[in-house]
Amino acid sequence: MEYDLECRDLVKAFGLFRAVDQVSLQIERGSFFSILGPSGCGKTTLMRMIAGFYEPNAGDILIKGRSVLETPPNRRPVNMVFQHLALFPMMTVAENIAYGLRRRRVGRAETETRVADALQRIGLPDAGDKRIDQLSGGQKQRIAIARCMVLDPDVLLLDEPLGALDLKLREHMKLELKQLQHQFGTTFVYITHDQSEALVMSDRVAVMNGGKFEQVGAPQDLYFAPNTAFVAGFVGDSNRWRGRVLDRDATGLKVEAETGAALVGVAGGGNVIGKNEMVDIFVRPESISLRRISASEHASPLAPEAANHLSAVVESVLFNGAQSRALVRTRPGDSVEVALPQTGEHADLRKGEEVSLAWTREHCRCYPTLAK
Amino acid sequence: MLQRDIRRLTFLLLLAPFLLWIFLLIVVPHIDMFLLSIREKIAPRVYETGFANYVDFFSEPVYIRTLFRTVVMSVAATAMTLALAFPVSYYIAKMARGRAKSALFLACLLPFWVSELVRVFGWMILLRETGVVSNFLQWAGLVTAPVELLYNDATVMVGLVYTSILFMVVPLVSTLDSLDDELVEAGYDLGGGGFAVLWEIIIPHAMPGIVAGCIIVFMLTLGNYLTPILLGGKNSLWFTGLIYSQFITRFNWEFGSAFGFILLATSSLLVWLGLRLSGQTLAGTIAKS
Repeated sequence: MEYDLECRDLVKAFGLFRAVDQVSLQIERGSFFSILGPSGCGKTTLMRMIAGFYEPNAGDILIKGRSVLETPPNRRPVNMVFQHLALFPMMTVAENIAYGLRRRRVGRAETETRVADALQRIGLPDAGDKRIDQLSGGQKQRIAIARCMVLDPDVLLLDEPLGALDLKLREHMKLELKQLQHQFGTTFVYITHDQSEALVMSDRVAVMNGGKFEQVGAPQDLYFAPNTAFVAGFVGDSNRWRGRVLDRDATGLKVEAETGAALVGVAGGGNVIGKNEMVDIFVRPESISLRRISASEHASPLAPEAANHLSAVVESVLFNGAQSRALVRTRPGDSVEVALPQTGEHADLRKGEEVSLAWTREHCRCYPTLAK
Repeated sequence: MLQRDIRRLTFLLLLAPFLLWIFLLIVVPHIDMFLLSIREKIAPRVYETGFANYVDFFSEPVYIRTLFRTVVMSVAATAMTLALAFPVSYYIAKMARGRAKSALFLACLLPFWVSELVRVFGWMILLRETGVVSNFLQWAGLVTAPVELLYNDATVMVGLVYTSILFMVVPLVSTLDSLDDELVEAGYDLGGGGFAVLWEIIIPHAMPGIVAGCIIVFMLTLGNYLTPILLGGKNSLWFTGLIYSQFITRFNWEFGSAFGFILLATSSLLVWLGLRLSGQTLAGTIAKS
């Protein structure tokens, strides 16, 4: 397998604080790789090391198999789309895109054709003479990408470039970025704290926390099979409990939550969890099925194969089209979020109604509680 | 109705000091000076209106040469001040952090708490024949006899640059401060070397500050009297020296006023020219920084 970008045991410390701690990664040619983590997790430091603005304390960075540690940022075959895009306000759009080509002493005629070609590819063929302040947020975004892509880099780094856009445009740009990546076929490394950006766009995602990678994998892996409690809590929404393992057998764990609820689950991420250990329990809102008690008084229990059953009272209904949720309070007193079926089955659910909840043991993942 | 009157009265009252200042200290004296400059002296206490004073100026090569020399040296001093102040300002604005930043800025400001006269005397103590530098050179055995470092153009230049550097540093720091670090990094990231980043990104961004600083320094230098006269001595041939001698030595106020107006016209013309060449506007530079 050929890798466009490879990092080996990278370390960057600021004083005693290790911002990036022994991080290794391999990114396949032409893929969209995201580094997802909360602010302060070291993802920007990692990216700045790849771009060449920071020198790592230890480890190696290889681009197409060659170490670039000795290469200054202006000679590395990586380009960066900055957080605030960093378009040069003193130049026109065309001059911005031509900046890198001029640095490489590309001829005037060729520069012009390549700039025109880049503008064509991002769908702004007539924007060349515009000033930067005449562009909309989405257009600036595309110009910033074109300015890098015209140099044909091996790796394009993107440092939360959607952060400054409003919500609607952000949703739109997610798809557009993915499309641009597909079109150019270049390896994209995308940094974000927004999990939906990472999940939607990426081929592979690395979840970073405290300077280390918690898990690297396809978005589906992160969502359905998180390795650690951090990933389970950070990627997607979850209901969580904290509890103690009462018993364990081949099929799973029997846990008593601190609030008193008895739950049955499985150990997540291949962790081995012993009896009496403290665990964090994660259940996704969409894995919980909800049934209204009034409609089928004392009928057969809901989903008999489900290992977990709780009865609860609806506290509020959060209607949001397909993403509608119900906020319920269980008998033991936990507040639980439940996704409502998209068929509109429970459209008339009201506050105060009694419901029963059920979910299988596979959807109830337990992770050892990190010692604090 | 009453409310509006009160508001207008407040506005006028707030504006009054400014208007009085402009009117009494700038407009009225200039009108008077201009009237004085177009008075021809025919006989004692007999005057006629005309441009004879201006004609006299342009028919005497020494005056024109002095003006030309003053302008050239002022331009040179401005350029040197810019060359010296730019790295200093860049360091203060972009490299220094936190307390070092304000300390360095203060260090630039500190000498200006002392009057210009005292500062120029300081230079004289250092540079005169029996001064510190001369003595040191003799002590070190580099020269055998005392050296006179005063009263030449180089010393005048040093003095002028020293006097005006703060007025270049302040606008430069304020424009460079507003330069986003990301732009500089992007300049490097896209393949630019240090010179390309300086020339294509930093200088264009700092242009309003550069032009503002240059205008201020040029005006101050052109109109400076103390520094060129004290450091350059009698041979300094600075234009303000001519004006002084007409007013004070010759007691020829008419001719002196004409000189004053010629200096005003020259500096206005040069500033206008500088703005045209750099593509800036007066409002966009001085007002901004």
